[in-house]
Amino acid sequence: MRPGDELPPLSVPVTRTLIVAGALGSRDFQDVHHDAEAARAKGSPDIFMNILTTNGLVGRYITDHFGAEATLLKVSIRLGVPNYPGDVLALSGRIVSVNPDRVAGRCAVEVAVTGMNRLGRHVSGTVRVSVPAEEPSGGPGAGAGPMGTFPGAGA
Amino acid sequence: MSDPTTPRLRPPRPEDLKVFEGLPAAVSGRAKDPVNAPMIRHWCEAMGDRHPAYTGPGAVAPPTMLQAWIMGGLSGHGPRDAHAYDRLLALLDRAGYTAVVATDCEQEYLRPLRPGDELTFDAVIETVSPLKRTRLGAGHFVTTRTEIRTAGDLVGTHRFRILKYAPAAHPAPRPEGAAAGRSSPEGPRPERPRPVINRDNAGFWAGVAAGELLIQRCAACAELRFPWLPGCGRCGSPDWTTVRASGAGRVFSYVIMHHPPFPAFDPPYVVGLIELAEGVRIISNLIGTEPDRVRIGTPVELEFLQVDAGLRLPVFRALPDGAGA
Repeated sequence: MRPGDELPPLSVPVTRTLIVAGALGSRDFQDVHHDAEAARAKGSPDIFMNILTTNGLVGRYITDHFGAEATLLKVSIRLGVPNYPGDVLALSGRIVSVNPDRVAGRCAVEVAVTGMNRLGRHVSGTVRVSVPAEEPSGGPGAGAGPMGTFPGAGA
Repeated sequence: MSDPTTPRLRPPRPEDLKVFEGLPAAVSGRAKDPVNAPMIRHWCEAMGDRHPAYTGPGAVAPPTMLQAWIMGGLSGHGPRDAHAYDRLLALLDRAGYTAVVATDCEQEYLRPLRPGDELTFDAVIETVSPLKRTRLGAGHFVTTRTEIRTAGDLVGTHRFRILKYAPAAHPAPRPEGAAAGRSSPEGPRPERPRPVINRDNAGFWAGVAAGELLIQRCAACAELRFPWLPGCGRCGSPDWTTVRASGAGRVFSYVIMHHPPFPAFDPPYVVGLIELAEGVRIISNLIGTEPDRVRIGTPVELEFLQVDAGLRLPVFRALPDGAGA
């Protein structure tokens, strides 16, 4: 794990359900995130994802990769084009820096994250995440391996 | 807008907006619910987040939920939170900037939040931007910074930026190939702005009409000057003659115009500050090059561009490196 390393990409289908569940899960009841007619009346072609859901997805992308011991320290994002239903958000990341964390035995990794959809760049930003300084041992139990290897609990 | 019932919207003066900077957006706000497992579960199910730290005994909340805990929800936070922020938004509403979109979110998490944590928050308006033209429409960016506490301990900070804007008339995505700023195919192409010709610069435009780029030369001290002025900046003499520019020059500086689009201009285009071989500088368009190939020092050559029937302009064609003076 060193600066310049690319994270495996993550594709998130932007369904109506994700947009609405994300908006309500974040207690954001702005009508443009759940009511297509209201969104159109405000000049948007459809409902679109709220920033809190994008924030949550960026955080999930990072902890999915770094595993069960990863703790988010900072998430800083800027939105570009909207996420409309039917699109796919393609998240990618690159390690910017690896530094000792305040907590002994851990390091703080800074990752530059970009999320593209068919309209262009939906999100760009940086995430700082605290991870154990050593690579997890391959053994069983919590902390082993990236989240991607967890058995598929239905979302 | 000739409809007399439509109130004329007056943009707020910059000083009317600046006074909001530093004012509170929320004082001693209270999260509606303590941090709790059901909301954490709903969030994780929506996000597809299966991080084991967010479930089971000893679970913590996903840090990115920070803002979700302090959202007003359907019922809002009520009048006790009607502070400067609401007044600012109301002011922008009245000015026609009725739409809102979140653009930036920057959160720091100082310690994990656990079910049972009762959160309070205080927020301040950090900045209100000058009027910005964006793809969505013109508006103001408003940035707030919120501190979130549990029992007085700071647990997270949350900087949030929204754009409060007046929706553009046709915000839907443009059809392919239609560049911003171009006139619609069905309408006449808008004309480029005309120069204002007066007695101080009439000689320059007469030169352009005759296919010459004329530089003024002081009749007293021989100093060259451009653009045209009634007197010499060096010795003050009002007497002058002209020198015909050779047409050779170099790019002294330049900008590539992408945004905002103006009628009759097709971005991207290059506006160059050209240093003529005679030593004076002139601002004009650079042609004959991809905008991103222009460099400071690029040699250029004068040309006259017949923009339309009534307008001829001196412009500069970029030459391959090594050419020119």
